[in-house]
Amino acid sequence: MTTDRQPGPAVIEAVGVTVALGGVPIVRGIDLTIGEGEVVALLGANGSGKSTLVRALVGVVPAERGSIRLLGAPLGRTVPWQRIGYVPQRVSAATGVPATACEVVLSGTLHSNHLLPPRGARDSARAALASVGLGADADKAVRTLSGGQQQRVLIARALVRHPDLLLLDEPAAGVDLPSQRTFATALADLAATGTTILVVLHELGALAPLIRRAVVLRHGSIVHDGAPPVPQPEHANPDHVHLHPHDGDRDPAHDEAGVTPTVRWQG
Amino acid sequence: MISDLAGMFGDPLMQRALVVACLVGLVAPVIGTYLVQRRLSLLGDGIGHVALTGVALGWLVGNIAELTPHDALAIPGAVLAAVVGAVVIELVRAHGRTSGDVALALLFYGGIAGGVLIMSLAGGTNANLVGYLFGSISTVSTQDLVLTVALSVVVLVVGIGLRAALFAVCHDEEYARAAGLPVRALNITIAVVAALTVTVAMRVVGVLLVSALMIVPVAVAQLVTSSFRRTMLTAMAIGVVVCVSGLTITYWHDASPGATIVVLAIGLYALAAAVRPLVVRARRNGTRDPHPDVADDVVLTSEDAR
Repeated sequence: MTTDRQPGPAVIEAVGVTVALGGVPIVRGIDLTIGEGEVVALLGANGSGKSTLVRALVGVVPAERGSIRLLGAPLGRTVPWQRIGYVPQRVSAATGVPATACEVVLSGTLHSNHLLPPRGARDSARAALASVGLGADADKAVRTLSGGQQQRVLIARALVRHPDLLLLDEPAAGVDLPSQRTFATALADLAATGTTILVVLHELGALAPLIRRAVVLRHGSIVHDGAPPVPQPEHANPDHVHLHPHDGDRDPAHDEAGVTPTVRWQG
Repeated sequence: MISDLAGMFGDPLMQRALVVACLVGLVAPVIGTYLVQRRLSLLGDGIGHVALTGVALGWLVGNIAELTPHDALAIPGAVLAAVVGAVVIELVRAHGRTSGDVALALLFYGGIAGGVLIMSLAGGTNANLVGYLFGSISTVSTQDLVLTVALSVVVLVVGIGLRAALFAVCHDEEYARAAGLPVRALNITIAVVAALTVTVAMRVVGVLLVSALMIVPVAVAQLVTSSFRRTMLTAMAIGVVVCVSGLTITYWHDASPGATIVVLAIGLYALAAAVRPLVVRARRNGTRDPHPDVADDVVLTSEDAR
């Protein structure tokens, strides 16, 4: 837990959460409590179950066992979803029919049974896009944007509702380093206003100064919960060049025994 | 020429047909846009197949109850069967079982075979059958017209009114779930609205070509647009134009209206696909650099030297 800041009331409470995909247990008996205002990194190798855990926390995949509470409410209809922002792990934000960045972000203004965008939603969407540096691209088709820009569109979609709890699944994957730094600054601003942040990362990178607590997963179980672990020497420099093919992250077969999970980029 | 047109618009049969064609052209691409977006372009086909069984069951019940006309229950039967079929297809899709593919195939072929078989039991002729398979817009009754208007209004209100939520689910179902949106209810809404659209459009182009009216205008539109909203509006305009012009052509030239409409729409797609590269190239010939202006992590030695 953080040493210099006392976390507030629990925002995420997971007790004994087990998730199985296709009969294979991907996440095993996770206990995780995150308090208000904490910024927590979820680290682990490809296939260690970190994405699956986050997807279970927001109800995208069902937990086989255990209980999950978000902002004090059990996972389900009573959760105040408008206070939660989720950025899924996605290489592309484009789909069959063309859609503009603004249209994609606009869907972030909907939640629970609020199926119509509120008054002024279009302006909020444009403001959210501007906050991730895409103010000029609001009316461009998402499929014409670069991978990093598409990722930022998905981040804007989560930010448009001004969430109190933000969950991000590898937001920095495939994003160039300058964008990562801009993004780190944006997250730092959010954290300063008291937003609770859980971010799945492969390595701390540009976010390192922000993160005081890291949870490390190996083979679907927590092996470390506390101060961020020291990165492997060759990865210590945040400016190192790396490749990140980003495949198999949800496939347990890619889980190589003995790989230090904290900071290894595949490459 | 003008007297010919006056004759066409003065013909009550043609008046009804034109109103139905306009509505179908307007309505079919609305739900088609969502289906293309979630890559379910063939869903309309499947629903159409199932709707045929509903038509035939309507005939059978009408015969047994000795209703006049004996096909009075054909369209209500189609609506019922299409809605049930669409919900079943959606549930199979949502479960994501590997056997879902086979289950859908069974449903499709069962729909057609069952329809043909029950139709003959109900005393329908081959001509009746062809009317449902390929459309029979020239026989639209006032009762059909009223039903078409009512169903079209429902489809337009739901399809356009709930645009933001339906877009969210079709665009990224995982995100919609994490936003607490009622994903299952929205998915079933799409399936039911698709079923209503199929039964509306069935009258014009028949169950075998019904999907074309939902999908092809969207395929044309997305070649020339960059936003979801404009794709839908453009597709609706294209739908109306091809439906009305197809029907008009067949008023003077004896041909199947449904087939003419679909061929026109596909012709339009071919035209748009052929012209688009020329337009795009002309635009690119300006000074515009296609690469986004984003800094990279790499320091080049030539830059060091500077």
